[in-house]
Amino acid sequence: MATQHSRAAARAMLSPSVLLLLAWMIIPLSMTLYFSFLRFNLLMPGMEEWAGFDNYRYFLTDPAFWYAMRNTLVLVGGVLVITIVGGTLLGLLLDQDFFGQGIVRVLVIAPFFVMPTVSALVWKNMFMNPVNGLFAHFAQALGLQPFDFLAQAPLLSIIVIVAWQWLPFATLILLTALQSLDSEQLEAAEMDGASPLSRFIYIVVPHLSRAITVVILIQTIFLLSVFAEILVTTNGGPGYASTNLTYLVYVQSLLQFDVGGGSAGGVVAIILANIVAIFLMRMIGKNLES
Amino acid sequence: MGQITLNKVRKAFGDVEVIPPLDLRIEDGEFVVFVGPSGCGKSTLLRLIAGLEDVSSGAIVIDGKDATDVPPAKRGLAMVFQSYALYPHMSVRKNIAFPLKMAGLSKSEIDKRVDNAARVLNLAAYIERKPGQLSGGQRQRVAIGRAIVREPSAFLFDEPLSNLDAALRVNMRLEISELHNTLATTMVYVTHDQVEAMTMADKIVVLQAGRIEQVGSPLDLYRTPSNKFVAGFIGSPRMNFIEGPEAAKYNAHTIGIRPEHLDVSNTEGAWKGVVGVSEHLGSDTFAHVLDTGLSEGMTVRASGEVALNHGDTVFMTPQPDKIHRFDEQGLRLS
Repeated sequence: MATQHSRAAARAMLSPSVLLLLAWMIIPLSMTLYFSFLRFNLLMPGMEEWAGFDNYRYFLTDPAFWYAMRNTLVLVGGVLVITIVGGTLLGLLLDQDFFGQGIVRVLVIAPFFVMPTVSALVWKNMFMNPVNGLFAHFAQALGLQPFDFLAQAPLLSIIVIVAWQWLPFATLILLTALQSLDSEQLEAAEMDGASPLSRFIYIVVPHLSRAITVVILIQTIFLLSVFAEILVTTNGGPGYASTNLTYLVYVQSLLQFDVGGGSAGGVVAIILANIVAIFLMRMIGKNLES
Repeated sequence: MGQITLNKVRKAFGDVEVIPPLDLRIEDGEFVVFVGPSGCGKSTLLRLIAGLEDVSSGAIVIDGKDATDVPPAKRGLAMVFQSYALYPHMSVRKNIAFPLKMAGLSKSEIDKRVDNAARVLNLAAYIERKPGQLSGGQRQRVAIGRAIVREPSAFLFDEPLSNLDAALRVNMRLEISELHNTLATTMVYVTHDQVEAMTMADKIVVLQAGRIEQVGSPLDLYRTPSNKFVAGFIGSPRMNFIEGPEAAKYNAHTIGIRPEHLDVSNTEGAWKGVVGVSEHLGSDTFAHVLDTGLSEGMTVRASGEVALNHGDTVFMTPQPDKIHRFDEQGLRLS
């Protein structure tokens, strides 16, 4: 934007969309904040009254809250580890020349196009079901007791399901990053006496660091709000074993009809997301600077 | 030591043979330049020596030992790449230290050798910077630094100056030649620029379509090119070739005469023509002479600031002992 004139024009052109986005964000946020200070129960319409910080006190002292907090972080962390390690390895594999490369790449990306509810149901009924599931059949074929994944290891099962959905995304980003690596650098490292493992550690991984940062940031945004997978598989149970913060807010406001408490939970979730964002940017944000 | 011998080395990519069987001997301490037009296989040949490509058949012998199946790192060679191939996330110091670290040397030994290389190449001022903060010439120096710390038996350069601007290229050319004199190590240098080849080499290998056209010292190639291709490739501006009756006078299919071996006169001479574009460089004047009645336009060199203007009529006389004669296959007739 070279001139004063074009800069002013650009601002004028941008302002409608900026204002719209601002309203889009500010109205729900302020309504949530407002509701979180009300005693607002759907079973008692018209009885709303100012409640001060009561909603927050109840929400934060609810034993379910700490479970949900821990589960949220474990879920995000677990999926990030699986998708980044798996995505890097798959990316390395797909970067090789082999017959049917195009088709295989499409197949690898496919899980990303399956909507979360559907994929969670497929996993629940076709794979993890202790009677009819594929895993149960394998276990029986080996003469083992079938394992009831969703009852015995609910959080781990959900991590696996969500990781399966996000693996293609990580693979795709990391594959393109791998393809942009200058092959002369690898050859130079080879001449310098670096073994394949050293080349991976000293050349490939540093090259991928920026792509990994992007994957972590984008996935964290979406993983903090995982909901459908929990709703259709475990309903947050058994107990609170697979309840995350998003699901707890849903339980509070729509199953217990306590909109005020749910809103307080929503605000807590916003604060948590911001804390996570600050930590992430501190730790890995410098990778994004060129 | 750094003596490299290629025995019947052949390279094919699938059905395409890029290098037909080829023999070459590079002596210890020699500065050898592979030169040829783009796609002549000179870089492939260098990569075969480096071990970055496998030979299809034949043997590569380094210092008397068969190195055909030896991995690149174990051949004792260091390579400088066209793109420099510096590791962008490492500082200059770490870049240079990388091969030593991979070799498992002690910290103090690494520091000693890196400091030594930095001194030789004047890198000390920016040793803690990242490659992204360096200019082209500085990057080039770091890449050379990374090569010399390994104390290899031979250096391989793959068109190292092609990304530099003209002035810097002349500088780096001198520096590399100076480095060769200091280290007295074998250097194999690939370029498409015949000026680099002429100025730096002890021995030039002219390649075309994977075949060696001629091997010799720069002046050998200049004085007695063994065929038309070498004659046209070595020397700037390129040699004039004349076919037909004029060549028949010399009992040849084609005769070649370099622009600097034509005497120019305004009054009389063997061949007459009209000046087209003339390039005044100050030290020399190169004129393109048209309508000579010969097979093609001619380039002539006149010394100094001779006034040769567009449209002038000139006469040219070849210096008789500087005429190169070639047969129908383009081979030299002596």
